[in-house]
Amino acid sequence: MVDHNSELVLETKGLKAYFGDNLAVRGVDFKVHSNSVTAIIGPSGCGKSTFIRCLNRLHEEVPGARAEGSVRLKDQDIYAKDMDPVMVRRQIGMVFQKANPFPGMTIFENVVAGLKLAGIRKKSFLEETAERSLTHAALWDEVKNKLHQPATSLSGGQQQRLCIARTLAIDPPVLLMDEPTSALDPISTSKIEELILQIKKHVTIVIVTHNMQQAARVSDYTAFFLLGELVEFDETSKMFTVPKDKRTEQYVTGKFG
Amino acid sequence: MNLLQYSPRTHTPIAIPQTTWRIGNLATFIRKHLLQSPGMRFGDKFFLFLARLAGFSVILLLALILVYLVYASLPAIQKFGVSFLYTSTWDPVREVFGALPVIYGTLVTSFLALFIAGPIGVGIALFLNELAPKRVAIVAGFLIEMLAAIPSVVFGLWGIFVLAPFLRESFQPWMIDTLGFIPLFEGPAYGVGKFASGLILALMIIPTISSITKEIFKTIPAHQREAAIALGGTRWEVMKISVLKASRSGIFGALFLGLGRALGETMAVTMVIGNRAQIMPSLFSPAQTMASVIANEYAEATSDIHMAALAEVGLVLFGVTFLINFAARILIHRMGRSQNA
Repeated sequence: MVDHNSELVLETKGLKAYFGDNLAVRGVDFKVHSNSVTAIIGPSGCGKSTFIRCLNRLHEEVPGARAEGSVRLKDQDIYAKDMDPVMVRRQIGMVFQKANPFPGMTIFENVVAGLKLAGIRKKSFLEETAERSLTHAALWDEVKNKLHQPATSLSGGQQQRLCIARTLAIDPPVLLMDEPTSALDPISTSKIEELILQIKKHVTIVIVTHNMQQAARVSDYTAFFLLGELVEFDETSKMFTVPKDKRTEQYVTGKFG
Repeated sequence: MNLLQYSPRTHTPIAIPQTTWRIGNLATFIRKHLLQSPGMRFGDKFFLFLARLAGFSVILLLALILVYLVYASLPAIQKFGVSFLYTSTWDPVREVFGALPVIYGTLVTSFLALFIAGPIGVGIALFLNELAPKRVAIVAGFLIEMLAAIPSVVFGLWGIFVLAPFLRESFQPWMIDTLGFIPLFEGPAYGVGKFASGLILALMIIPTISSITKEIFKTIPAHQREAAIALGGTRWEVMKISVLKASRSGIFGALFLGLGRALGETMAVTMVIGNRAQIMPSLFSPAQTMASVIANEYAEATSDIHMAALAEVGLVLFGVTFLINFAARILIHRMGRSQNA
């Protein structure tokens, strides 16, 4: 269901990303509506991961990488000169392809790690938030009796949901997901897809996916990337039924990719 | 020797009588790992034999050194027994030997060195791996490894001519004036002694600690760092939770390897330790370490029991460094495993 009146949360204009001299994202204009799920699809190497990593200024952490253009989060320009990338990342959370819980920490410590980074120490608040985030990430029932065991004792799918809970704990308005299920089995994948549909009430999601069925299942909007360019952007139902661009049609019907 | 009667071509295991299990086990072991290599060409077999011989010679050498040390120190072991380890009189004239002062001297100087070099070494590794631009990291890393290539006698000379006079005239009098009420910093200021040795040792083990720690930091995958970055961690916080916390046991391993090196270091320490086998609380007082007492007295030891006592000190040192290195390897190995998991 697409709500056309919802406000814009994230908007890029002429966003370019470089690795050294190599232009990986070639000027993308892109809009994300609040409380929606926007999927980014495209063949390997099309710049979709690089693009999403520009949205929380993670791209620039790679040596030699830089980004140009503008990205607005509501009314702030996250590439403004005086913008601290650390503050950007506290508002735009990210979940990665490979589950990456902190190995030296327990499940509980992992969930509240972001809160502690933000300077929150109050124990009751940490506990409440941990429970709420784990519940939203559909993991609470599985871990409530072993919160103080190492995070690495969980299965791959549980670790990925733990990473989602860890990100939700800092309550970001936007959540970026970079192929969050590509390393998981079908059951873990469907759990994460269900939770995406649940949490979009609270958070706006941008998800990069390799899997077109996944895009069709979870997203309200879909963007198709090819060779660093945004080819087409529309409501998911239209993208997969009546694509405007020939290349989109070929990709979504499986002619290449 | 009964192991030679088994031909290398015999591929079937031969039952060893239970009664000769010691020799028998050794023989099976050698046959299995040194001589037997089924289904290979002669050239490969021969090469394999040479390679295994080279490998086993290390173990053999270690065993022979140990055996010789025990043999050489037998007179002292028989005369002083266990009391050698906990009595504190070291008197070559009266031929009474207790190793406690030199054990004490070794431990104090080595741990002092570790205490100083540990934070600096880990800090250098953090800087080189996490903060420095690539070119700076390469040049600085190279310079630090050069520090390890300086012969220890050169460190010793520097210690005698530069460090010790500075400590005697400036640093130690000031410390004694301000903190002299603590026994650790009591006077008088000799210059040479445990403190000078600890400083020199610290300089010598910094490259060990920093280069191993750096290698460990390198094994931490990028996605671990990104986890902390994406949660809104500052540079320091990313280092703290993704790098330092994840490599705790590896850092301990690196520290232990540095400690192992400090324990056995001889030349530089002999030159600045002050050579007095006595237990004194002050860090500024002269002392003696296990390595330095051997280096100092070996050439002048006239009596058999003196020689044997020095050999036993060598045996104790061998044992301590062996244990420390062993512990370090286990820690580093564990670290590597948890990273792969």
